Amino acid sequence: MWPIQLSWKNIWRNKNRTLVTVSAVAFATFISVLASGLKEGIFGNLIHDVVSSYSGHVQVHLKGYQDEQVIENSFAVSPSMKQEIQAIPGVILATERLESFALASSGENTKGCLVIGIEKAEESSFMNIGGKIIAGRTVAENEKSILVPEGLAKRMKLQLQDTLILIGQGYHGASAAGKYVISGMLRFGSPKMNERLIIMPIGSARELFGAEGISTSLAILLDPRSRPESVAEKIKTITGENHEVLTWGEIMPDIKQHIDADSGNMQYVQYILYALVGLGIFSTLLIMVAERSRENGMLLCLGMSKRMLQQVFLLESLITVLLGALMGLLISLPVMFYLKWHPLRISGTTAEAYKKFGFEPIFPTSTDPSIFLKQGVTVLVMGLILSLYPIWRIATLHPLSSMKK
Amino acid sequence: METTVIDAHNISKTYDPSGIPVHAVNNVHLHLTKGEFTALVGPSGSGKTTLLNLIGGLDRPDTGNIIINQTDITKLTNRELVRFRLQNIGFVFQSFNLIPVLTAKENAAFIMMLQKIPKTKREERIQALFDEVGLSDKLNARPAKLSGGQQQRVAIIRALASHPQFVLADEPTANLDSAAASNLMDMMEKLNREEQITFVFSTHDQRVIDRARRVIRLVDGKIEADIENK
Repeated sequence: MWPIQLSWKNIWRNKNRTLVTVSAVAFATFISVLASGLKEGIFGNLIHDVVSSYSGHVQVHLKGYQDEQVIENSFAVSPSMKQEIQAIPGVILATERLESFALASSGENTKGCLVIGIEKAEESSFMNIGGKIIAGRTVAENEKSILVPEGLAKRMKLQLQDTLILIGQGYHGASAAGKYVISGMLRFGSPKMNERLIIMPIGSARELFGAEGISTSLAILLDPRSRPESVAEKIKTITGENHEVLTWGEIMPDIKQHIDADSGNMQYVQYILYALVGLGIFSTLLIMVAERSRENGMLLCLGMSKRMLQQVFLLESLITVLLGALMGLLISLPVMFYLKWHPLRISGTTAEAYKKFGFEPIFPTSTDPSIFLKQGVTVLVMGLILSLYPIWRIATLHPLSSMKK
Repeated sequence: METTVIDAHNISKTYDPSGIPVHAVNNVHLHLTKGEFTALVGPSGSGKTTLLNLIGGLDRPDTGNIIINQTDITKLTNRELVRFRLQNIGFVFQSFNLIPVLTAKENAAFIMMLQKIPKTKREERIQALFDEVGLSDKLNARPAKLSGGQQQRVAIIRALASHPQFVLADEPTANLDSAAASNLMDMMEKLNREEQITFVFSTHDQRVIDRARRVIRLVDGKIEADIENK
């Protein structure tokens, strides 16, 4: 028991130095938690924006659809398949979509568009269609009405209640044509979607393309804590080999790459922080060992074992680092929650770039407990590793030589 | 019958710090019995401290054997030697060397704590020794609040509280004024007399030499004289 008491007393041997060290560790832990929370928060938010605006975390297609996105590569989603997928832990929602290209025509204007048939009830909580409507109302099941994005409406000079003619190629080469009333206008963050995405009930889309009972994709929304990769593996066992099950990263590799690259950059910032914390702790240990060299020699002469002396030093560094890490975590808690509820809003060109990709220009923090735990443990492990220095110095200490110094 | 405490045969120690060998201790034989109050004297560099280090197990001789309590300490491993020192030998250093973060009481009990002697037994012994040397009011004082003489007295209590075979003191009065040195010698003599503690100390101080009962004079690492003081 008493090595702990001796360590504790030694820690307060030089109060100012201990306070400076504890504060440095606390500050570094705080910055580290903040950086990590921002990283997780920002990229979590980006991913959320990506998956919730369109793709979902996972999609099921007929094999080959990802490479050749045509209506011929569609499949029938059986009720049992959908039910089994929805029963997988972490799956919030699975919704069918039928997507194909069509030429939109109104008056003298025509434009190529992507037509998506959606299950209205499911998509209201998925793509948040209601939240994207800027004029008019959403589409009702079984009515021949559509939602058009504001970019397309502007280009084709469309108004609410105008009629838009859609012409394209249907399933198995049949011709697809229909007249649809514009019931609402949408605003998407992504300029691409804002220019060409037309939404209609899946029933109307199947009727338009002559694709009764089939879908091009089954989009699946997950609980944010679930890993898309592991859920995709489980889905594969349900869908069998005729289907492809892809995560959002596989569906949109460019966005995934962008997020990974940015995330990697922030990781380097964190490594620099860790290096600074490490230097702070190490310099304290260096001074601690140097100024007590004579005393350590004396303790060994008196009969204290090197192992016990090493324990004392190890405890000293661990207690100091633990105090700093705890203090840092305590300080970071309110800050992290404040920034989660009141995220930093970015402006200027960065904000514009975010908007261009369809992302909300905010920097929220994540308050996932694992962030606090991971940073706390990282700083502690660092302290533990750096404590090897005094342990090594004591192991090589010659009592008499150090007494003579 | 006299009990042998230290029996050193033919011990030598040579240092070679700059390529020129220095025979710090040269073929020394030493026999000490329980209750002795012995001074090692001699000029600087005569080998007093080296001899103390060798018989204290802090350093190893190049040749010879040192038998303490029927154990040849030259044959012990480093780890065994540490344990042996802890159980059998008390040390007092010239510059007190108390642990600054511990109180006088804790410093004095330090060896007993290392020996895992129960707290009550420790406290009883420390209280008795502090009473004996007139330091009862300084039990909870930190070393920085004690005078040099008081610190050295605490260091002596630390060395002998656990009933070692003998106490080795390297120039114990060197950093004390004459009054404090005299007080310290009074204390050491009293403990030697009353507790039968064997003291071996190196010194230059003639007043200290005069109070030793046996004086061993070293010159160039050899015992030049070994006399009983009257």
